[in-house]
Amino acid sequence: MTAPSARPPARRRRAGGLGPSPLWGYAMIAPAFIGLAALYLWPFAKTFGKSFMDTPAFGPGTWTGLDNYTELLGDGDFWQAFGNSAIYTAILLLGVPIATVLAALIQQIGRGRAVYRVLYFLPVVTLPVAVSMVWRFIYNGDFGLLNWALSLVGIPGQYWVADDAYAIYAIGAVGIWMSLGVNLIILGAGLQSIPPELYEASSMDGAGRVRQFFSITLPLLSPSVFLVTVLTVISALQMFDLVFVMLRSVDNTALDGSKTIVYLFYEKAFVQFDQGYGAAIAVVLLLVIMLATVFQFRVQRRWVFYD
Amino acid sequence: MTDPITKPRNGTKAGRRGEWVLHLALTATAALMVAPFAWQLLTAFKSTGEASQSPPTFWPAAPTGDAFTTFFDSVPVWSQFTVSASALALRVVGQLVVAALAGYAFARLRFPGRTVLFGLFIAMLMVPSQLFLIGQFELIRDFKLLDTIPALAIPGMFSAFGIFLMRQAFMSIPTAYEEAARLDGAGPLRTFAFVMLPMVKPTLGALAVLTSLYSWNDLLWSLIVSPRGDNRPLTVGLAGLQGQYGTDYPTLMAGALVASLPLIVIFLVLQRQFFNGIASSGLKG
Repeated sequence: MTAPSARPPARRRRAGGLGPSPLWGYAMIAPAFIGLAALYLWPFAKTFGKSFMDTPAFGPGTWTGLDNYTELLGDGDFWQAFGNSAIYTAILLLGVPIATVLAALIQQIGRGRAVYRVLYFLPVVTLPVAVSMVWRFIYNGDFGLLNWALSLVGIPGQYWVADDAYAIYAIGAVGIWMSLGVNLIILGAGLQSIPPELYEASSMDGAGRVRQFFSITLPLLSPSVFLVTVLTVISALQMFDLVFVMLRSVDNTALDGSKTIVYLFYEKAFVQFDQGYGAAIAVVLLLVIMLATVFQFRVQRRWVFYD
Repeated sequence: MTDPITKPRNGTKAGRRGEWVLHLALTATAALMVAPFAWQLLTAFKSTGEASQSPPTFWPAAPTGDAFTTFFDSVPVWSQFTVSASALALRVVGQLVVAALAGYAFARLRFPGRTVLFGLFIAMLMVPSQLFLIGQFELIRDFKLLDTIPALAIPGMFSAFGIFLMRQAFMSIPTAYEEAARLDGAGPLRTFAFVMLPMVKPTLGALAVLTSLYSWNDLLWSLIVSPRGDNRPLTVGLAGLQGQYGTDYPTLMAGALVASLPLIVIFLVLQRQFFNGIASSGLKG
């Protein structure tokens, strides 16, 4: 049944007597509803349907059942892309403890918080394409800044983004650098809600800053840390831009072995125009993200502290 | 702003020394965060030869604006800038109108099916955007909109996230204001536009800057709907530059600098809105 009739009759009569007619509600959600239905719900259904079809570049597709999915399971490229996305996600998760410690440090200082927040946030507001280019230059094997810095301490340089063995890790480092600002803001908001009396009381009891971090900050901040972890996994599994700009060039062989799931999806669906196969990749990505999220919500009971 | 944590310690010598250590650690990390931008800036003023030297020079030996000249000569910067800016404006305005209307309806108006519809919208927040791309592309193509500015902006105008954000904002406002407006004889639309909307300005601002960020930075969707490139936004133009000037790093750095600058300036001016938007949503990308 509909929502209003489930409410107590007295409230309903009051709302009916004073409130505007339900038509206003429908009129005001109409633009959103039409847009979301046409551009999100329908495409979602279509992609789902296409994943069970063989779709030639032109003309209608034919129903092939689970063929795309069985092909996917036997596709070495898919598993490689899947593995790369998993590695990239794991690297980005390393950024969460870094952000947690930095957020706590920023919270501790009296003056200059805003300055640090702005500096750490700069990579977030910079065009990802631009960021990728700068890092590509820094990673350059012949005259990049990184190899020069490493040579100062006697570490031999590498072709970081032209070598399969390093490319996904090099991109992961950039990913951490790019996501730090957003994570700091979310964690900073969480830190604001920790009652300051707890710190005062514990420092009277003689607890140092490190001790306070582990016994007050970390447990009370854990809901925010959890949120950041969930969001990191979701966005890391969807990474596209960095691979597209840092690896894609005519002569870069690292691209073959360092694609992510979404890059593979883009290539299949919009470069090779095999939309059925691309759709199957997207559906699998949805399943992976859902599983990863559900898994995290299960595990959170063991480490997230709610009061 | 007072800091409850350091306040009791600030007076002591040990507290002040602790503060110095913190600043040192934070500054060192900040230097790492900013170093790529500094390197980009320095490189943009070098000659191609100097940028390809090993070991690298720090300051440009003979500062030159050649890289900028090459960039402006080889990329239709102004027209691509106009495309990016128009798509951004269209998307932000559309997003604010759609999200504010729907957010208000979901927060305050009663109509059958409200809960179900809201649940449906929110469920879509969990679906990765790639699942919509094929269908969105076909819709845009069927409406003959490929390679137009509306094509870049339209899908981003509708977001379950924006509706959710606005709904939360409207829900936090006491109902007394609407009742007063109603008693004064204002209809629902006037109440919405002249009483409620001004009260959620901070959230509208946060949504506007976040939408601008997504719009200006978007690459995947822009690549998909601008296949011929007559209406390419700056982000696609810049990505294309790399194919052309593979290792001419000063030109690439100059381009990257020019293309990112508008949003960095907006960010520096509207920091608070950015931070509020991120903190209240926790959503990125």
